[in-house]
Amino acid sequence: MPDYLLTTSPQMAKRHKRHKRFQWYGRIAIAISISFMLFMFTAIFFRGIGAFQKTMVAVDIQFTESQIDPSGVRDATSLKQANYKPILLQGLQQVIPGATERRDRNNLYKLLSNGAAFDLGARVANTPDLIGTSERVWVAASSEVDLYVKGKIDPREIPEELRRLKDQDIAWIETLRDAGQIKKKFNTAFFTNGDSRSPEMAGILSAAIGSFFSLLICFSIAFPLGILTAVYLEEYAKKSKLTDLIEVNINNLAAVPSIVFGLLGLAIFLNFFNLPRSTPLVGGMVLALMTLPTIIIASRSILRSVPQATRDAALGLGASKTQTTFHHVVPLAMPGMLTGTILGMARALGETAPLLMIGMVAFIVDVPKGVTDVATALPVQIFLWADSPEKGFVELTSAAIMVLLVFLILMNVFAVYLRKKLERRW
Amino acid sequence: MKQSQDLTLRRASRLSQFREYAIQAALIGCSLVAIFTTIGIVASLAFEAIRFFGKIPVQSFLFGLEWSPQTAIRDDQVGASGAFGVLPLLAGTLLISCIAMTVATPLGLLSAVYLAEFASPKSRNLVKPMLELLAGIPTVVYGFFAVLVVAPLIRGSGAELGLQISSESALAAGSVMGIMLVPYISSLSDDVINAVPQAIRDASYGMGATHTETVTKVVLPAATPGIIGSLLLAISRAIGETMIVVMAAGLAANLTANPFEAVTTMTVQIVTLLTGDQEFDSAKTLAAFAIALFLLVLTLGLNIFALRLVDKYKRKYA
Amino acid sequence: MSTDMPANKPIMTARNVDVFYGKKQAIDNVSLDIPENQITALIGPSGCGKSTFLRCFNRMNDTIQICRVKGDIRFAGQDIYDPKVDVVALRSRIGMVFQKANPFPKSIFDNVAYGPRIHSLSDSKEHLEDIVITSLKRAGLYDEVSDRLDEPGTSLSGGQQQRLCIARAIAVDPQIILMDEPCSALDPIATAIIEELMDSMKEKYTIVIVTHSMQQAARVSQQTAFFHLGELVESGDTEAIFTNPEKERTQNYISGRIG
Repeated sequence: MPDYLLTTSPQMAKRHKRHKRFQWYGRIAIAISISFMLFMFTAIFFRGIGAFQKTMVAVDIQFTESQIDPSGVRDATSLKQANYKPILLQGLQQVIPGATERRDRNNLYKLLSNGAAFDLGARVANTPDLIGTSERVWVAASSEVDLYVKGKIDPREIPEELRRLKDQDIAWIETLRDAGQIKKKFNTAFFTNGDSRSPEMAGILSAAIGSFFSLLICFSIAFPLGILTAVYLEEYAKKSKLTDLIEVNINNLAAVPSIVFGLLGLAIFLNFFNLPRSTPLVGGMVLALMTLPTIIIASRSILRSVPQATRDAALGLGASKTQTTFHHVVPLAMPGMLTGTILGMARALGETAPLLMIGMVAFIVDVPKGVTDVATALPVQIFLWADSPEKGFVELTSAAIMVLLVFLILMNVFAVYLRKKLERRW
Repeated sequence: MKQSQDLTLRRASRLSQFREYAIQAALIGCSLVAIFTTIGIVASLAFEAIRFFGKIPVQSFLFGLEWSPQTAIRDDQVGASGAFGVLPLLAGTLLISCIAMTVATPLGLLSAVYLAEFASPKSRNLVKPMLELLAGIPTVVYGFFAVLVVAPLIRGSGAELGLQISSESALAAGSVMGIMLVPYISSLSDDVINAVPQAIRDASYGMGATHTETVTKVVLPAATPGIIGSLLLAISRAIGETMIVVMAAGLAANLTANPFEAVTTMTVQIVTLLTGDQEFDSAKTLAAFAIALFLLVLTLGLNIFALRLVDKYKRKYA
Repeated sequence: MSTDMPANKPIMTARNVDVFYGKKQAIDNVSLDIPENQITALIGPSGCGKSTFLRCFNRMNDTIQICRVKGDIRFAGQDIYDPKVDVVALRSRIGMVFQKANPFPKSIFDNVAYGPRIHSLSDSKEHLEDIVITSLKRAGLYDEVSDRLDEPGTSLSGGQQQRLCIARAIAVDPQIILMDEPCSALDPIATAIIEELMDSMKEKYTIVIVTHSMQQAARVSQQTAFFHLGELVESGDTEAIFTNPEKERTQNYISGRIG
């Protein structure tokens, strides 16, 4: 009897090889997708990580009364608006005495951020007692200096006439660095400032607050509407033309491109109802309509998984339909429905296109104080910065993406935690 | 005493009956929001589109080969010199979608087959959430990555090969969009493949087929309608995708099939026409709504068709 | 139909076979010989492990992850659980027909041609057609479907689908055909046709059939093995088992007291 059960025939070997090869195709496909993701994350990480630090320059400041407050009134507004440029320049000239010509003085001053004088003004306005004293103050360097100190521009690679930072500037920076007056410090401004034209002063706070308000509106509209619709369709509705229509509508809305929701917001909320443009109120409403189908679909599947026995038990005790639903079924399904809602919110947090349509794409410096203030959102801020020509914004864009992804991951982790908790229920 | 108790009971029950009705009415009201949203979308798009078609004839929109909305504003001659032909936009959209699907289809399908058929439960539990993560990344991030890394990479490697590749090439936007679509295709196809009944797999194994032969010759042919459905859903998403193309694709309407050139898409034009300050009556602004209506019809049509296919397929094996 | 004939020499032997599903033991120390060119029936109440045991013969249990098989099963003298054994080759020698007819969602022709195609059994198109037609004829289906070979296999009636599955199994030219309750979903007329078919097939093939119907076992088989609670209670000549069982449990089952 031949051993034909053993893999000996070349044809059989070929078939098994084909099987192995096919499995490798699958593995390679997955590897490509996942390594693309990892590549994207690392590329963004290494570009963005620098933004959490920023270059500061130590300047020895003489807070001379004659220069800051010649009238001696100590009025906060005038203290803020006083001309701090000569004071800062004098401080710098202590280290670089050579820069006396008008042009040199201007170039020297440009090593500092144009937000430096503003920050100094705010500081003096806060503590007017500083006047008459002298102190070493750390102020932000300009974005060009920042990039140079972080090693992101190599002056040897670019001919001098094409650089913003000339050879003399670089010599000054090195002098300051040798004097221990240049340091990289944690970039608090990134978390406490709004947008700015200068990268070194720009922050994500106003955009983050804008996103927060938008999500707040989105949640407070979409969550109740979504779960009540799901409750109606699962617990109350009998099969009829109306419920069919509602279901078809929900499924189709889930497939409508997000930008179309933006146009809906523009035409109906802004132009028809005249709601304030560029506000989290309208943004949240648009996002709510967009996430509604997701929440409804998720909530319905949760309600469907609540055991029928729960309903039977309550109905058997003489509870009405509404009591059964809202005292027994909905509380059981609540963690699951919240999970679905949070995942929907996470989508909404990353959504950009519809917000562009309703004008939340503005240059926002001030932190919005309410839902009717003009605002932007985190992903829109990323879009705006990605569009900015200054090199310093690349770093900020990447850093803002990192912050956005952290928020998204936190929301997802929270959702998974809720789902785990739900699983223990029955 | 007894009587009054009865009375309160009856009153309470009438009250609670009313409450039941009221609550039910409120619930129906909530459900109607979905319908109103649809009506709102269609009405707002149609209303503005009709106004647009009052200025620009429908046929020159649908069949026009040129798209240059800027001229209409400059010459202040609405309709006379501004060209509002949607075909170059459609062509650009389709070109980018085609590139995206060329990337996403093999990656998505092979991933789905591997996860559904070959992967051990352990590696499936590891890989599936990672692919879901890919689906959860905001598209603005993909867009930024396309501009910052992928486009220069493609351009640079093109230059090495002596190819002239535009920095806003359809290839860069399309290939990044393709990666974005992988998780959609893989998770939809995964479901579809899992729905193929075990009995016909057993039949194939019982004949001495290898696992791969069973998958390629029995399971995949049986799952074809569902897989096509999932691909169509992905195409519809590619057509409606906005941020990646706004950031990585161009603004110039080129009627070309060359993936190395810059093209523009319908969504890009909607964003360009409507961001910034615009008066609401110009043909230029209204054109955005006409494009959006066109886009809506296209994506919804694809979706309804795809869902039918998937449904029909699922019912076959239910 | 069954005649009193001595058992042929065994083509398949099982010795001390245990099967576990996770921690649960489904088959306990079973030894059985399957004689060549005869029909062996495995009978017993549902859940007794007869199907599980049948699926050991072509290692279909491999597709169930938690299933473990211990013991020694030999096909033509070769240990089929030897790690060097190619299960694909094994299954091409030992075909299987399942409880519920499971034609592929393909044409009748492609259903039957599937096996020859994957195993490259035909060298030309004509040859393939020849194999398909011969197999359909052997399964007694050809006359009914000769004019619609390109229609889907799923369009046939239940009994026809099951014969299509038999034709599909035959097309690979196996030595043994395992049948797992092949008639349980069929009406009496379709059942009778398949039983007749099996009788004519035993000339060429060895058949092992799992059945819950004692009458069917008595009608078609020469050898019978009675399983109860995962054990092999008794096995031997069909006639002997049904007329004069040795064990009381067999007696009880046959007379309808357990089951």
